[in-house]
Amino acid sequence: MDAIFLQILNGLDKGGAYALIALGLTIIFGTLGVVNFAHGALFMLGAFCAVTIQSIMTLESVTIDPTKLTAWGTPSEIRVPYIESWFGEFGTTLIDYSVPVSILVAIPVMLLIGIIMERGLIRYFYKRPHADQILVTFGLAIVLQEIIKSIYGANPIPQPAPEIATGMIDFGITIGFEAGNVVYPAWRLIYFLFSLVVIAAVFLFLQFTTFGMVVRAGMADRETVGLLGIDIDKRFTIVFGMAAVVAGLAGVMYTPILSPDYHMGMDFLVLSFVVVVVGGMGSLGGAVAAGFLLGILQSFASMNEVKNILPGIDQIIIYLIAVVVLLVRPRGLMGRKGVMED
Amino acid sequence: MSKFNISRRGLIKGTAALGAGIAAPTVFSSDVWAAGYTNEPKGSTVTFGFNVPQSGAYADEGADELRAYELAVEHLNGGGDGGMLNTFSSKALTGDGVNGKKVIFVTGDTQTKSDAARASAKRMIEKEGAVMITGGSSSGVAIAVQGLCQEAGVIFMAGLTHSNDTTGKDKRANGFRHFFNTEMTGAALGPVLKNAFGSDRTAYHLTADYTWGWSQEGSIKKYTEKAGWKTAAAVRTPLGAGDFSQYITPVLNSGADVLVLNHYGRDMVNSLTQAVQFGLRDKQVNGKDFAIVVPLYSRLMAQGAGENVKGIFGSTNWHWSLQDEGSKAFVKSFGQKYGFPPSQAAHTTYCQAILYADACQRAGTFMPSGVGAALEGFKFDGMGNGPTEYRAEDHQCFKDVLVVKGKENPSSKFDVLEVVEVTPRSQVEYPASLLGGELGPYNNGG
Repeated sequence: MDAIFLQILNGLDKGGAYALIALGLTIIFGTLGVVNFAHGALFMLGAFCAVTIQSIMTLESVTIDPTKLTAWGTPSEIRVPYIESWFGEFGTTLIDYSVPVSILVAIPVMLLIGIIMERGLIRYFYKRPHADQILVTFGLAIVLQEIIKSIYGANPIPQPAPEIATGMIDFGITIGFEAGNVVYPAWRLIYFLFSLVVIAAVFLFLQFTTFGMVVRAGMADRETVGLLGIDIDKRFTIVFGMAAVVAGLAGVMYTPILSPDYHMGMDFLVLSFVVVVVGGMGSLGGAVAAGFLLGILQSFASMNEVKNILPGIDQIIIYLIAVVVLLVRPRGLMGRKGVMED
Repeated sequence: MSKFNISRRGLIKGTAALGAGIAAPTVFSSDVWAAGYTNEPKGSTVTFGFNVPQSGAYADEGADELRAYELAVEHLNGGGDGGMLNTFSSKALTGDGVNGKKVIFVTGDTQTKSDAARASAKRMIEKEGAVMITGGSSSGVAIAVQGLCQEAGVIFMAGLTHSNDTTGKDKRANGFRHFFNTEMTGAALGPVLKNAFGSDRTAYHLTADYTWGWSQEGSIKKYTEKAGWKTAAAVRTPLGAGDFSQYITPVLNSGADVLVLNHYGRDMVNSLTQAVQFGLRDKQVNGKDFAIVVPLYSRLMAQGAGENVKGIFGSTNWHWSLQDEGSKAFVKSFGQKYGFPPSQAAHTTYCQAILYADACQRAGTFMPSGVGAALEGFKFDGMGNGPTEYRAEDHQCFKDVLVVKGKENPSSKFDVLEVVEVTPRSQVEYPASLLGGELGPYNNGG
């Protein structure tokens, strides 16, 4: 039983990442009608915002120590981060909190990247077939990941969570098990809660602000909203930027869980598309529900008890669910009638 | 009147012959076969082909291999400080190239994909005249390229490949490996693990689901079970899984007190980082401290895992902190040229380039069978691993194996591993028949 509870927790934090990426994908598809294969790259760029901030915060002063030589015979270097020499203990604390600090930086950066992407490239493909959109955004994703690789290399770069959030939380006694039987890393729980907050913020924004109302109206009937004298294109550009921010934030917060490398966006992209399809193209609620559902099912499929009966099921479960859902309910779990059905 | 009879047997024979002709690799019909042996150097230069991952997940390792190869070529042609040529026991090479020819090189990108690696090796052989192919950071790639080199009639000096199969069931006469393998890792690591953690232990394996992972899991199980350990479970994980949490949580309450991560590269960085996040390094099971083992370490990758490697046992082919004359000479030479110490990938590829050149010089030819004969049974020293032998039966180098541990107090970002034991060659040696396979005859091409 404790194993089941642990796998549910696993599914929730994994599902949180799926849901955040799928939410952004769905917003873009729902507003602009664009199938954005570069969305995984936005997740990756968010993660590299954290890497960049950490690199800046750990910029070091280098002093040569001629009395000590390296193994290859050159004088050794003494390196101290500037921020530590300037601010002492507070500087050390700032470095420790580099991931949360990165969130503040990632919001404007990702918004800007999203807007540039939409204005500079995506808008030229609004009226082109979905196949063209997929090709150009997939190409863009490859370009972005190669740029990141040329700057940061191919190896994963570790991003530690703040010291205070690196421990484990023991649920054992709280839920009726022995102490120590259900323990889970604190940062993963924080990630799950963070994803809930971001998802709620996006829903509230779209539901209860004038901007959100116009966007929803535009999603339902873009032409009529345009005829009412509202510059819907401008709003949709901002929505694209918002979706980029959501993906970017998901990436920043995921860095202590998965050391970022240039390829991490691609790893999530395909799964997130499956999440969108299962949830229903264009359905925000569907994307979120399917994200968590598939995350949990994937975790259960990885249990030894399940794998012993169905070897390899952990690698295909998500696609299997997608096939079943599409056969039984082609528009997805919460898909709107008529979307992608022509 | 002549009659053109087509019998059923004749038709089958003819079709088979035509099919074989079409299916045969184009290398058999190209100009490279026109000489006495494939790409026999005619001018004043000889071309080596360096086939390394220049893109993809192992690009950083590939870049280090390429640096080492460039350094080796520089030393072979008499440039730089000579590096390990000064400490190498064979004195055949004098810094004026090989067999009087200046060494030049061409490069290919394996992308860590077997088909891409074969394509780039084929290009270097067919179009650019490479007389030898070397490099790589994956066993799958090494086995694929080794097969191609055997067909093409050139020597293959494998780079970083750790699976038993490279010099086991998939060995070829034209292929040679300096790097160690999973059998040696198991033989070296098993007794050290027993000494460190006792014999009453239960291991849980997470294994990358491909040839190297299976090979590594098998070897570690064999030697830890010999030491009295039990195996709770051996779970296969998909290559590049990213998040391993769903495979790690079952370990928590499995009763196992050791987690063996048969992962390499990104998978190793991620699974180790996540295992530590789940508190496994600080956990106690059955009154014993939980232990994590990473059988194959790479210093480049260990840097990616950051502080999580501290205290974690593993093995490595070579480490820059070794204090023998060969290692010191190589570290000095490499460090002064590039500003940082070489990785084990750089070391093994540098050695392979020098060993090949030395064999050509001693044989007085670049012909694969001649070079192979010079390498077979060749005993040498001064290359950083102590006395070493290229065993004739399987073309595998036998030398001491390093058991390492993540360093508790690193002095720099390169100083992540410490050598805890140098396991002598005698302890890791095994009969060539153990891993199966047949070398077969040399192919000189031509």
